[in-house]
Amino acid sequence: MVTLNHYLILSAILFSIGTAGVFVRRNLITILLSIEIMLNATNLTFVAFGRALGAADGQIIVFFVMTVAAAEAAVGLAIVISVFRHRESLNPDSFTNLKW
Amino acid sequence: MTLFLIPAFPFAGFLVNRAFGRRLTKAVAGGVACAAMVASFLVSMVTVWQLLSLPAEERSIAQHAFMWISSGDFNVSLAFRLDPLAAVMILVVTGIGALIHVYSTAYMHDEPDSEYARYFSYLNLFAAFMLVLVLAANFLVMFVGWEGVGLCSYLLIGFWFEKKSASDAGKKAFIVNRIGDFGFILGVFLAFVRFGTLDFDDIARAVGSMGTETTFGTLSLMTLLLFVGATGKSAQIPLYVWLPDAMEGPTPVSALIHAATMVTAGVYMIGRNAALFAHAPQTLTIVAIIGTATALMAGTIGLVQNDIKRVLAYSTVSQLGYMFLAMGVGAFAAGIFHLYTHAFFKALLFLGSGAVIHALAGEQDLRRMGGLKRQLPITYATFLIGAIAIAGVPGLAGFFSKDEILFETYAGGHTLLWAIGLLTSLLTAVYMFRLVFLAFHGERPLSPPASAGQAHAPAPQHPEEREPAAEHPAPGTQHLAPVEHDAPPAMALALIVLAIGSVVAGYVGLPAVLGGGNWFARFLEPSFHVEAPHEAASHDLELTLMIVSSGVAIAGIGLAAYFFLRNRRAADAMAQRFAGLYRVLLHKYYVDEIYDATVVQPVRIVSEEGLWKIVDARVIDGAVNGVGRVVATSSELLRRVQTGSVRAYAASLFFGVVAILGFYLLR
Repeated sequence: MVTLNHYLILSAILFSIGTAGVFVRRNLITILLSIEIMLNATNLTFVAFGRALGAADGQIIVFFVMTVAAAEAAVGLAIVISVFRHRESLNPDSFTNLKW
Repeated sequence: MTLFLIPAFPFAGFLVNRAFGRRLTKAVAGGVACAAMVASFLVSMVTVWQLLSLPAEERSIAQHAFMWISSGDFNVSLAFRLDPLAAVMILVVTGIGALIHVYSTAYMHDEPDSEYARYFSYLNLFAAFMLVLVLAANFLVMFVGWEGVGLCSYLLIGFWFEKKSASDAGKKAFIVNRIGDFGFILGVFLAFVRFGTLDFDDIARAVGSMGTETTFGTLSLMTLLLFVGATGKSAQIPLYVWLPDAMEGPTPVSALIHAATMVTAGVYMIGRNAALFAHAPQTLTIVAIIGTATALMAGTIGLVQNDIKRVLAYSTVSQLGYMFLAMGVGAFAAGIFHLYTHAFFKALLFLGSGAVIHALAGEQDLRRMGGLKRQLPITYATFLIGAIAIAGVPGLAGFFSKDEILFETYAGGHTLLWAIGLLTSLLTAVYMFRLVFLAFHGERPLSPPASAGQAHAPAPQHPEEREPAAEHPAPGTQHLAPVEHDAPPAMALALIVLAIGSVVAGYVGLPAVLGGGNWFARFLEPSFHVEAPHEAASHDLELTLMIVSSGVAIAGIGLAAYFFLRNRRAADAMAQRFAGLYRVLLHKYYVDEIYDATVVQPVRIVSEEGLWKIVDARVIDGAVNGVGRVVATSSELLRRVQTGSVRAYAASLFFGVVAILGFYLLR
């Protein structure tokens, strides 16, 4: 029997994978993908709670998150492309000019 | 609202001359100012006429504009009250003020147009504030006028502010007056705490039901503080030092502000609160002693001064001392009477000296004058009348008022004060006629008596003994300015009217013993809320004292005639014989030097070395700069956190969230 805890543990694992990806990968596109994994980990939590509590709220919020994620991906990719055109690089560590 | 019109006219004149002064010609500027004063004088006459038509006991017209301050128990309305005392004052202020305005149109004629308008705007503003002061129905409104006249005095003393001595004198007057005003306002606070009101009539009524204070209590303290204010405004010991220096201002200003009106404000204030002072005999004794001491001290200084205006200034201080003596012995009506007659003859004397200075293109040194009676007949005649009046020769204004004061002093049992007063009266006659004989009689010296000056006085006498106004450049020290002309018509008019006033003004207070009804004193009586003292004093005594003081006045004139007309060598010989005393008097008892050493320098040193260089430069600046330095240093460290690396930001965000969540989960 798959219980709420199973969903939550899976979600936590996915979130950790996404976080780790954001921290350790040196490629902007991979980082964007990692962020998508983190978002979907939270989506999974929402849906799981929605089902466990028998309320529709969790599922409704997921739709919002998905639309926002789509928009975010579109904007993010656009930025990544224009950054790449400028610098011929996708390594975030080479973009550190914006400081004091 | 007729009472409000009285100060409103000069105030309107001030606004016009201040706002459009640059574009007005002299005729318009002077005309506006004089018209404002004349209008104010006419309104004053009408309102005083209304006052006189009331029965004697009800002579008080109060007018209330609006509630000015209302805060809890503290209620002050902007209210004026005309009673006999205020009536005398407004007639003096507007009447003599109008004459002095007319005189000024001629005296200031050499000024450029804009300066001319500035002068008249200040003069009008002064008149407006002075009228507020005398018409005020409560302490706070009076204080507005009190401070306002102080301001105008400062502005007018420093009218020729390019001249350092004039601007210094203005500041000195202002600062010395601040000291007095501090006492005054403390007295007002105490009056409110004690009586719960600031209205003069209410206070007089409240104090009327109280017993006379036999020991030094609240009332004595209150009146003493108020008297401190009076010593500042009316130039009494210890705050008289500003008045002689105030002679740096234009001469009509000296006549209006520093002789006839503003300096009498202290006397008026005591008269206004006569009931209060009468219940504090301790203060009255102090007032009488200070007044007498000031009269004597200033009289002795006046004997040896060489600047024509300074002699008159010390004479003013001395006469003010007389008024305070009268107040101090409870002869309030006599004090106000002397105030009123003094306004005529002292304004006349100042205006006369102004005419002399005008004719001599700014020369003020008596030693360079002489024989002017031929060239300046009108000035001479009127000046002589003023001098006779102030000396106390029977029949002229000064005789009646001064005699009244001396009589009341003697009848009140203050024999010592009376004797000193009599001595001062002798001095008055001597220094006044010394002035007349030196300036108008004898021969004009061909060159300034530099050697004579050096014989008993250091040649660059004193920083304050200055040469004439910058506006009329001083003649070279070796030759004298030619005598130009006698007083022009506007000046002659003022001189003649005041001369007539100096003769006849005394007759309104003709004492009973000479067949008069002492009408002036009876007219004023309701204002004081105190019974007149010594009703039963004998007429024989009064007559005897009168003869004594007339004798003294004539003796004084005789002395002056001997020393300064017949035998000037004798005067020099006297000066040399008492060289030490002469030097002390010439340096005005070194009071300025003593004040400088005991007050001015300590304050300056503490301010400069302590407050400025330590408290301000170290403590305050140190704190401000320290805050800035701390912020700059910590920012220097903190800005290293901003790396520009997105992943570092993301990591800090993440760990921050983890830390906060962890805190709440594990708590």
